[in-house]
Amino acid sequence: MEVPTGRLAIWWVLASETVVFGGLLGSYIMMRLRHGAWADQAANTNTWAGAFNTLVLLTSSLSAVLAHQAAERADGPKAARLLRYTILGGGVFLVVKAFEWTHEITEGFTITSSLFWSFYYTAAGLHAAHVVAGMVIMFIVSLTAARNEELHRVENIGIYWHFVDVVWIFLFPLLYIAK
Amino acid sequence: MTEIAAHPVGHHDHGFVKRYLWSTDHKVIAMQYLFTGMLMALIGGFAVYVFRMQLAFPGQSVPLFGRVSAGQYNSLVTMHGTIMIFWVAMPVLLAAFGNFLIPLMLGCDDMVFPKVNRLSYQIFLLSAVVLVASFVVPGGAFGGAWTAYPPLSANAVYNLTRYGATVWVVAVALEFVAFLLGGINFVTTAMNSRAPGMRMFDVPMVVWMIVIASILFMASVGPLLAGAAMLFFDQVLGTGFYDPATGGDPILWQHLFWFFGHPEVYVVLLPAMGIVAEIIPVFSRKKLFGYRTIVYTAIATGVISFFVWAHHQFVAGIDPRMASLFTITTLIISVPIAEMLFVYIATLYGGSITLTTPMLWALSFVAEFLLGGVTGIFLGAAGADIYLHDTYFVLAHFHYTFFPIAIIGAFAGITFWFPKMFGRMMDERLGKIHFWVTIIAFNFIFIPLFMTGAAGDHRRIFDYSGFPDLATPGLQRLRIIATMGLVSLLAVQPVFFFNFIRSMVRGRIAGANPWRANTLEWSAPSPPPHGNFAELPEVYRGPYEYSTEDREEDFWPQHVPDDSPAPAPLASVVGWR
Repeated sequence: MEVPTGRLAIWWVLASETVVFGGLLGSYIMMRLRHGAWADQAANTNTWAGAFNTLVLLTSSLSAVLAHQAAERADGPKAARLLRYTILGGGVFLVVKAFEWTHEITEGFTITSSLFWSFYYTAAGLHAAHVVAGMVIMFIVSLTAARNEELHRVENIGIYWHFVDVVWIFLFPLLYIAK
Repeated sequence: MTEIAAHPVGHHDHGFVKRYLWSTDHKVIAMQYLFTGMLMALIGGFAVYVFRMQLAFPGQSVPLFGRVSAGQYNSLVTMHGTIMIFWVAMPVLLAAFGNFLIPLMLGCDDMVFPKVNRLSYQIFLLSAVVLVASFVVPGGAFGGAWTAYPPLSANAVYNLTRYGATVWVVAVALEFVAFLLGGINFVTTAMNSRAPGMRMFDVPMVVWMIVIASILFMASVGPLLAGAAMLFFDQVLGTGFYDPATGGDPILWQHLFWFFGHPEVYVVLLPAMGIVAEIIPVFSRKKLFGYRTIVYTAIATGVISFFVWAHHQFVAGIDPRMASLFTITTLIISVPIAEMLFVYIATLYGGSITLTTPMLWALSFVAEFLLGGVTGIFLGAAGADIYLHDTYFVLAHFHYTFFPIAIIGAFAGITFWFPKMFGRMMDERLGKIHFWVTIIAFNFIFIPLFMTGAAGDHRRIFDYSGFPDLATPGLQRLRIIATMGLVSLLAVQPVFFFNFIRSMVRGRIAGANPWRANTLEWSAPSPPPHGNFAELPEVYRGPYEYSTEDREEDFWPQHVPDDSPAPAPLASVVGWR
């Protein structure tokens, strides 16, 4: 039983990404356990904005799954359309994020304010960079999919997008809920 | 290059840029990595020449450089370490041999993602340029040692190289990205592109080793990439991830660095081990002893290598209970490595050994790496390490492992596969002169340094004259011997480059299989054309069927069907007879 090459490579990409985020979040958790006082800093994050973004990001994965389904049925144009909904979801996520960060920075919580905020901006920023990268790649995939070409890519970018979701599912409780 | 025209794929002549700089051919990319690595080795070699001269003759003007300032000394030491590990050992052992050998040995026409492969090299080249450029930024290249411990690396007040430090972090991070892309390609190709008939245990050992090494790299480098981002922010934005004043922790970097750094030893060791495993059976005309044992041992080594990192931190203030735990795991990891060396020696036993240049390199790898491994036992035990830490003993131990890996292993591979790479034989006489001088000089460098280290000679000292206990004539004499060893080692390298270039254009034509070896790359023309094989080969047996009974020929290539008569002797020039 052989896994298709593209999908196999995506899994290896995710394996290496997992240890990147694992190293960062592991460092954060170890330090957080030692510094109970970080809870006071974390209280300033906007849990509702984070929750809304969680909802948006997870919902955007739904259209990625539906796009995969369409691609399996060789319906490229539909897959492309659905992928663009996912891109839209990513866009909403980033806009909410931008408002959040603007608010926090004007309140005086910058990346150098304290170690909690350093981790907050680094981890969420690294995740946001992955969201942006996913959106760009997904757009490129949607262009070929619309012409009914390279439809296997629809699934591959979907797997990547689910990973971006999963990372956020770890970030949200660690940065927003734990107070 | 007539093969290219004759090849059925029918690639046109694309011109220099398209063919050599913008190519997606795995062999061209392998050569790009090889030559970039060799070039970087010259820079790393020049750096060590300058700072060793300063140590032997402190304060005197070094020929070709001039007087060395303390700041320059720090930069040169840092850059020597960084370049030799990340820009020589990695690109040559992993990327050059991985790229060249994996598709050829698996019997396919290229990597599964040729464009990703090209991108990998381009990012690597960019990283090399960025790193070398750091020599000319204000303040000079990074001077905080290749391990980049904070606060030294995080704060320009300590390292005095504000720009060099940041450029260093960026270059290293880029380099990691390049190798992640390459590694994914290697692993995916090995999993999905083997020739028909090639089962898991028919894969040549060097491919196994490169694949295991790539997986180790992928699994270990992530935390350091995250750590590098944190270090970058500490340097540039003034965050305090590693600064105790803000609640950060400098030891965190040591954990992230060595969690990568120790598997990294095996990332470069395993490909070298694999190269040696290819060479020894060919020149002993014997089947590789314990094929599966080696595979399982390599996997075990890889797993254990994730549990030994804190042995670098015995004096960093870690919990003593943790120190004893890491002592145990460290001593355990010497078992599989020793086992591999024993297996290689068992392969030699009773073989008909021919001492060609590649075989000499392979045998010296076993001998010299053994010394490196044995001295590691002292450092892995926390009690002894507390005394020896940060002395030249550590440095000598390290070089007895990394020199065999990065230099001996690379020379073994280059001299062995040179006929395949360029279609011509290297000169044996020049090769042997180069071999013997290099090996003897190498031991003259580091045996004295074991002695100074055991006597308490501390590393990271620019000029010993300020330290009366270390500035004794006895120790200074040993330092001078080591430096003379180094100068001889460097002085003989032009012989290799001369041999390399002359053989490329004027060496004897090699033919497809000059060593009468079994693996698939030897069934392709030398040099293999774009697409590698005129007809993709099928595999009928394992890679090490030498001196099989009831066969006229003492080798039995993987692609020769069972029922056919023994292959006619190849009309190739056999250079070592």
